[in-house]
Amino acid sequence: MNIERLVTMANDIAAFFASEPDPDAAADQVANHLRKFWEPRMRAEIRGSLEQGGNGLSPLARRGVERL
Amino acid sequence: MYAIDHKDLGTPAAASGESVTLDIDGSTVTVPVGTSVMRAAALAGGQIPKLCATDSLKAFGSCRLCLVEIEGRKGFPASCTTEVAAGMKVRTQSARLQKLRRGVVELYVSDHPLDCDECPANGHCELQDAAEELGVEGSRYANGGATQRGVAQDASNPYFVFNPDLCIVCSRCVRACDEVQGTLALTIEGRGFDSRVSASQHQPFLESECVSCGACVEACPTAALTEKLPLSLGAPTEAVSTTCGYCGVGCSLKAEVKEETVVRMVPNRAGTANNGHACVKGRFAFGYATHADRVRSPMIRKRITDPWREVSWEEAFAYTAAEFKRIRKKYGPDSVGGITSSRCTNEETFLVQKLVRAALGTNNVDTCARVCHSATGYGLKHTLGESAGTQAFTSVNNADVIVLIGANPTDGHPVFASQLKRRLRQGAKLIVLDPRAIDLVRTPHIEAVAHLPLRPGTNVAVMNALSHVIVTEGLANDAYAEARCEVDTYRKWKAFVADPRNSPESTEAISGVPAALVRKAARIYAAGPNSAIYYGLGVTEHSQGTTMVMAIANIAMATGNLGREGVGVSPLRGQNNVQGSCDMGSFPHEFSGYRHVSDAATRSLFEGAWNAKLASEPGLRIPNMFEAALDGSFRGLYIQGEDFVQSDPNTNHVVAALSAMECVVVQDLFLIETARYAHVFLPGSTFLEKDGTFTNAERRISRVRKVMEPLAGLADWEITMRLAQALGYPMHYSHPSEIMDEIARLTPTFRGVNYEKLERLGSIQWPCNDAAPEGTPTMHVDSFVRGKGKFYVTEYVATSERSTSRFPLLLTTGRVLYQYNVGTQTRRTSNLAWQSEDRLEIHPDDAEDRGIANGDWVGVTSRAGDTVMRAVVSRRMTPGVVYTTFHFPESGVNLVTTENSDWATNCPEYKVTAVEVVRVGHPEAWQERIRAERSAQRSPAMPSA
Repeated sequence: MNIERLVTMANDIAAFFASEPDPDAAADQVANHLRKFWEPRMRAEIRGSLEQGGNGLSPLARRGVERL
Repeated sequence: MYAIDHKDLGTPAAASGESVTLDIDGSTVTVPVGTSVMRAAALAGGQIPKLCATDSLKAFGSCRLCLVEIEGRKGFPASCTTEVAAGMKVRTQSARLQKLRRGVVELYVSDHPLDCDECPANGHCELQDAAEELGVEGSRYANGGATQRGVAQDASNPYFVFNPDLCIVCSRCVRACDEVQGTLALTIEGRGFDSRVSASQHQPFLESECVSCGACVEACPTAALTEKLPLSLGAPTEAVSTTCGYCGVGCSLKAEVKEETVVRMVPNRAGTANNGHACVKGRFAFGYATHADRVRSPMIRKRITDPWREVSWEEAFAYTAAEFKRIRKKYGPDSVGGITSSRCTNEETFLVQKLVRAALGTNNVDTCARVCHSATGYGLKHTLGESAGTQAFTSVNNADVIVLIGANPTDGHPVFASQLKRRLRQGAKLIVLDPRAIDLVRTPHIEAVAHLPLRPGTNVAVMNALSHVIVTEGLANDAYAEARCEVDTYRKWKAFVADPRNSPESTEAISGVPAALVRKAARIYAAGPNSAIYYGLGVTEHSQGTTMVMAIANIAMATGNLGREGVGVSPLRGQNNVQGSCDMGSFPHEFSGYRHVSDAATRSLFEGAWNAKLASEPGLRIPNMFEAALDGSFRGLYIQGEDFVQSDPNTNHVVAALSAMECVVVQDLFLIETARYAHVFLPGSTFLEKDGTFTNAERRISRVRKVMEPLAGLADWEITMRLAQALGYPMHYSHPSEIMDEIARLTPTFRGVNYEKLERLGSIQWPCNDAAPEGTPTMHVDSFVRGKGKFYVTEYVATSERSTSRFPLLLTTGRVLYQYNVGTQTRRTSNLAWQSEDRLEIHPDDAEDRGIANGDWVGVTSRAGDTVMRAVVSRRMTPGVVYTTFHFPESGVNLVTTENSDWATNCPEYKVTAVEVVRVGHPEAWQERIRAERSAQRSPAMPSA
């Protein structure tokens, strides 16, 4: 999996949920979307990326990935 | 000539629910108020002679052949223009009537000699029938031949010929063009004996404004307008009702056949999706089904560089199954997957996803809807509760305001466009949101009250601005929204759109749409009273495609424009069975009926029925499959009816992914571009070669009926079944009706659907279940499917694909009337007469800046790739925006489009690609090669249809 592409996708998802004023709820919504629509190896890749610093992830995308 | 099994009733049905009883020739007849005497007589089993009347057109009262006697009325009224009345006593036969009618026919015959034996319409001519019935064999007024004898035939149209010599100037063709198609391309020019039918300004049909829908040909009572194919193949002997295999309108058609050869395709006048109309593709472009390019034998090869080797079906299935088993064993069950086709039937897509989930043990199944309307499914499901449009097509007849967003129905959905145009000519207001001035912005007798020529990629900004006006000017329907929707989300949304950053004045700089125009459009939409939104891929194929669908649902809920006739949110689906393929569980995260794979109860239901352990995690989507192929974790793919290499964005990326795989199986009609990278080719079947059902854009399930045997021996559902068996998974059906029975058992919205009911009702709009046993034309009537409607905050997020100094123009893509999708079918028909290549439309200012003239070759370059095509300089374009289609492989349009996609669904952002366009001398060598290959394929075997 191209991690740059996955990071872009995660950031796009986070950009939609960023309008949620409660940061916890926003992160939950990002994580929930990833769980419902991302195939396990994609989630594993993005989690792995986060463990290595999460380069490129927006703050909200990062919080969402942390909850996977 | 209308369908061979059609009993024409003379005038259209009356809409009234009230009845009236009268006496016709001594029989008591009860019909709806407003029915013509002619139709009432026909319904009672009689037949009044007629020439200018047919039940698809309003009564004209011109030919005077249908005169009758009515007790208490003077003279001889025309039965076509006389409405029934209570207690009316009508005589349709008498000596005086016979004499009058004979006189009328004699006058016609004076200018139209009865040379019936030599006429192509012999036996199917309404003038011949009238003359025979009245015993007219000649004319006292004969002038020795038709006035127009010797006037040249017009055979310019590839599908029909106009012979003025045989024309009786009844105006049925002209009225059909006006009333049925709405193009107004035909007229009667001249006076008296010099009157003749003329296309546009006396031009050949092919060069005129005629869109070749064929309504005029069907309306013609003689052989003046005649299809060419029956002239060469002979008259059809049988009519089989089926459903069109092209766009999402899903027209009901009658395939008229002669010994398993389709001779004519005629729209079914009882068809509820199309009401007796068709377009140039559905009516005429079926010749691809028997084209010489059809592959008739399975083929395999070890490597994609090897030549194909024809094999038996048995060997093909055994080889494919062995390869998939090998790959699964080596790399795991998630290393393989499948793609269902929106061109195949519901039953066939259901079987493919069943094979993937149950036989291959993975949820790696997706469908071509991924690249078109996947955003619709997500957006409408989350806001309203169901992944489908809310209305029947006929709902538009009650709309007062019609908003068209990112759709071009006259090209993409022409039969619905005709219905739309009828309503607009009746006075409904039209608002268009589109970067291009599509035809409907200004066309005969129609002009949009507002055209918002927004910059590609700014849909959400404009929709938020429209909502801003509605909320801040107090135009929202608070009572409706607060009663029917989640109040907290509604209030949150109102606060969001009311923010000054969403005002039209703020968004003008983003979208390029003047604030005053946005305010005007918003006020008109809110005023309704019935406002309907229709949208296309110009909404979904964006990085914010899903957000825009949600924004559309928001504005409809806020103004109370859902849950009744004349309003609603209606996606115009691209392919014939996009809705159906989505309904059937083709997405990797959900089973049929849009139920998530993680839901244990649903999974248990399917596991019990399929006797297999099913995965609970979502599978890979199409673009994810490509990424996984490139990293080596995805190795085998079964593709039913989808040409990734031509249709998906960033072709180089797609080709690299397919080339990295170990077993790609393509099941299709022809050796499509994707087949260049396949190891197995399984020859599929057209819609003419199988039974099944399609579900159109209005959720209408319609029967597809077999009219010829599959050319390669197996229908697509049989191929999937045999492949499953070869994989060791038992899958046995003797007819697609058994598959539908299984779908109904497992899918709540289809619970009441079966073939017997489809036969009885003609078609069914889902949901069809105990609560709605005959289906559901309008959804969300009393409440939304999800209970309370949910508003979403739809913040505008600019796409990363922006014009720059290096790529200063924005490319957007679409389709034309005469070609369909990647052109696999229509490129193998005579539709090439109208369009034989993709062209780049460019505004004159942008062209002039670059020294580009009409017809020049231009290079189109983006950050993803480049290609060459011819330019069309057009004022339909907004400066800074260029447009093209993707029907021809040699145009390589998707070499240029990027991998950007919708945040929620990965639907590609086809509608926004930053490009530069420069004048070049010639196309690339690879383009010349593909064009030459296509020409070589079609020249010797080009069928006449």
